Amino acid sequence: MTLPTNPSQLDAEALYATLLAQVKTGLAGVANVAIVGIHSGGAWLAERLAADLGLLPRLGVIDVSFYRDDYAQKGLHADVKPTQIGFDVTGATILLVDDVLYTGRTTRAAINELFDYGRPARIMLAALVDRGGRQLPVAADFVAASVTLPATQALVLQRAATGQPGQFTLTIE
Amino acid sequence: MTTMLNPQLNKHGELQHLLTIEGLPKSIVNHILDTASSFVGISDRDVKKVPLMRGKSVFNLFFENSTRTRTTFEIASKRLSADVINLNIQASSASKGESLLDTIDNLSAMHADMFVVRHAQSGAPYLIAKHLIDTRQAHVHVVNAGDGRHAHPTQGLLDMYTIRHYKKDFTNLTVAIVGDILHSRVARSDIHALTTLGVPEVRAIGPHTLLPGGLEQMGVRTFTNMDEGLKGVDVIIMLRLQNERMSGALLPSAQEYFKSYGLTPERLALAKPDAIVMHPGPMNRGVEIDSAVADGPQAVILPQVTFGIAVRMAVMSILAGTQG
Repeated sequence: MTLPTNPSQLDAEALYATLLAQVKTGLAGVANVAIVGIHSGGAWLAERLAADLGLLPRLGVIDVSFYRDDYAQKGLHADVKPTQIGFDVTGATILLVDDVLYTGRTTRAAINELFDYGRPARIMLAALVDRGGRQLPVAADFVAASVTLPATQALVLQRAATGQPGQFTLTIE
Repeated sequence: MTTMLNPQLNKHGELQHLLTIEGLPKSIVNHILDTASSFVGISDRDVKKVPLMRGKSVFNLFFENSTRTRTTFEIASKRLSADVINLNIQASSASKGESLLDTIDNLSAMHADMFVVRHAQSGAPYLIAKHLIDTRQAHVHVVNAGDGRHAHPTQGLLDMYTIRHYKKDFTNLTVAIVGDILHSRVARSDIHALTTLGVPEVRAIGPHTLLPGGLEQMGVRTFTNMDEGLKGVDVIIMLRLQNERMSGALLPSAQEYFKSYGLTPERLALAKPDAIVMHPGPMNRGVEIDSAVADGPQAVILPQVTFGIAVRMAVMSILAGTQG
């Protein structure tokens, strides 16, 4: 388990390298692996992980808007992206990827959505940063750093707009 | 004044009811189309449902016959996990003399969350929406599924979805709407939607007797000669001859009509080679459209029906998430 880190010192590129190493070790020898990133930060991470692990044909993207538990309060998000799962979910070991793990509600929604595509053999969770504050019994299998942040602040992953994948930064808003 | 003219938006400018495309901001139209594209893939999944409207009750109030529209609204509701109640109003209370608004109040007392309304009278869905707002039942949503000659907004939106799917960009298109424009709520909704989305040229083609006044003021070019009107168009929207709405002798005969305004392969060849042919259904083969065209490679009439489910899911899920 990683020790709590000062959020202002988070180096997203270094964290990514840590996460990649953990995932490589954790998934070694596991068959039928697929990677699904949660829109949008998780999808960027998943894309890069899939490329680095040679799993691009087994990459999916999930937008949990239709499964969120705050729909009755907040309505539908203005920017819903299609979920794209191009592989057979049934029997797969799915690495679910998110940028920041917080309340666990997004993870719950993503797991529910995945089950509407089939019955996976296993779902594992990878997150770049765990910021605590869980409201559901959810834990990551792979996490590069743990931090503590007040509820008023958000930790946001950004990707360089130059079209060159891989240039990640983390900012506090 | 704005809320009176546009009771479909709440005080934050969000979509509360869908009554007409006229006056709907482009951002809302695009939001509906974008959301619909996320719903299209759900039909291919193991579980063809999302839980958005779980526990909500949708009442299909069809005061006028419809199979396709009612069925696609029913499928859309079910794919959103809502409970659907179909009311065949002709066979129920209305025939016993109950007023429209009394029917609505009774159904609201049964905890309706949404009414999908088809009515022969233009403005009936407006009346219901206004009544719900006036009686502080703004949490109940109304979708216009076609009112008289006035509007059929979900058909207009699914037509826009279809055009966007095949043509990608609206801002370089010429779109022709052909046939019985006078009686067509689909034509009105399409014209408003096409204009809102920035289509530079909208044409209306039909006999004088079926072209309503005021089309030019809506920015529409009118043609009574079909061959001229079809030249160089990207999209052809055929309309059904609405015999049930016609009074008096507007047309000599169906055969005469086909001669002048039926879409044949020869006429289709006047449009751009990659033009698509649409029709809201039900089709009258041999009256407004030749079977060779209806079943041909340029027809996108069946995809329209499929997209219609996703578009109705988008509309209902956006409405159900809007606070009154």
